[in-house]
Amino acid sequence: MSKEIRLPLTEETIAGLRAGDHVRLTGVIYTARDAAHKHMIEALDRGEPLPIDIKGAVIYYVGPTPERPGRVIGAAGPTTSMRLNPYTARLMEQGLKATIGKGGRNQAVREALKKHRGVYFLAVGGTGALLSKRVKSAEVVAYEDLGTEAIRRLEVEGFPVIVANDMYGNDLLALGKAKYRKLDRLGSYVPLGADPDAPNGGGN
Amino acid sequence: MREIHTDQISEKVAELFIDAAHNLPEDVMAALQRARDSEESPLGRQILEEILENAKTAREEMIPLCQDTGTSVVFVELGQETHIAGGDLTEAINRGVAKGYGEGFLRKSIVDRPFSARKNTGDNTPAVVHLELVPGDKMKITVLPKGGGCENMSRLAILLPGQGREGVVDFVLRAVEEASGNPCPPLVLGVGIGGTAEHCMSLAKKALTRKVGDPNPDPEAADLERELLQKVNALGLGPQAVGGTNTALAVHVETFPTHITALPVAVNIQCHSARLKSAEL
Repeated sequence: MSKEIRLPLTEETIAGLRAGDHVRLTGVIYTARDAAHKHMIEALDRGEPLPIDIKGAVIYYVGPTPERPGRVIGAAGPTTSMRLNPYTARLMEQGLKATIGKGGRNQAVREALKKHRGVYFLAVGGTGALLSKRVKSAEVVAYEDLGTEAIRRLEVEGFPVIVANDMYGNDLLALGKAKYRKLDRLGSYVPLGADPDAPNGGGN
Repeated sequence: MREIHTDQISEKVAELFIDAAHNLPEDVMAALQRARDSEESPLGRQILEEILENAKTAREEMIPLCQDTGTSVVFVELGQETHIAGGDLTEAINRGVAKGYGEGFLRKSIVDRPFSARKNTGDNTPAVVHLELVPGDKMKITVLPKGGGCENMSRLAILLPGQGREGVVDFVLRAVEEASGNPCPPLVLGVGIGGTAEHCMSLAKKALTRKVGDPNPDPEAADLERELLQKVNALGLGPQAVGGTNTALAVHVETFPTHITALPVAVNIQCHSARLKSAEL
């Protein structure tokens, strides 16, 4: 059962979201990943305006395949979010409300979600074809020279995501692993704590 | 002596990459269906359902399965009785990659100068080529487009001989747990044991060219595969690490004799979009 959410996200909507909720997003989201985030932070450092209206925005971490003629966008599934961890709190200070990606986030991001009342959504990694069908329009709005890494403005309809981290500190990945782990079958292996911020968690 | 022309090689490489990017292998589909049917977590089951639906959409509508159409990894088993005519084999493979990634509308994800400029090469070349000379007069080409999410979770360690089987199991479990959702579980795990450092990692990658769940013909290795699969799934990561009972679809172990002082072990993780196509020239 999914919550249908019409963007932009309101404070009330965000307050109603909990880790594990299914949501379908309709409205405008922006795409950005490593290179675009670096550019945006540099702009902030120089006191320059950002190329997008970040207040209340949702950023989707994606670098799509080139679209075939007549199509809006190519395959468009999420990239690994933890690479964008260093940039997220800074953008949330400027008004960013939600991000969409795959994999977990770190403590700094989880703190930022609480402090600035935002959420982190998962889109299912590797479902690039399926997700592309939820994109009704796509337009490069900044950093065109970055190609697949450019900032695109997407209009999405019923874009399926899962709340991984809510503004209350609940973490789906930690909760899920704790629930389904079968300690008695692990032999002598000592599992990592349920805390997803364990050393080297995320591989970066 | 049988002649194979570089033009044939380029064409075939292009065709294989386009096919691989859009059509998930039957054995992977079957493994995903089994995972969906057995998954204890409702959210995990829904995710597996979406993964299966994605495969159908990709095939029917010619949209790549995943936007990360990967590094172009190519395995060539070259018969000793073949002669390659028309030019350089590596160049022919790279021409095929460029053609396939261009005509197939695949993402160009390769940059040169990795520690400095990191400029996109524009055509997903160069391929990473694993060339093996084999008996006979055929050329078998296998393409394995390898996504960054899973590849970047690779691990290698040279354990002490005394750490033994338990050390290997611990290392693999730790690698999977630390990787968490980043490599897109449910995974196919390639595990190399033995050899030297680079050969060990190469074994782990080669392990990913097997059909999902096909056991190693050596009973001892097959037994380790079973133990690893059971334990990886007991970690509880599940699909996309949201919690569940299907963290891996299969574990494939490849071994090679090794130095008396060493127990090298390598983990090369494949995501659920386990793209793989082969053809023989």
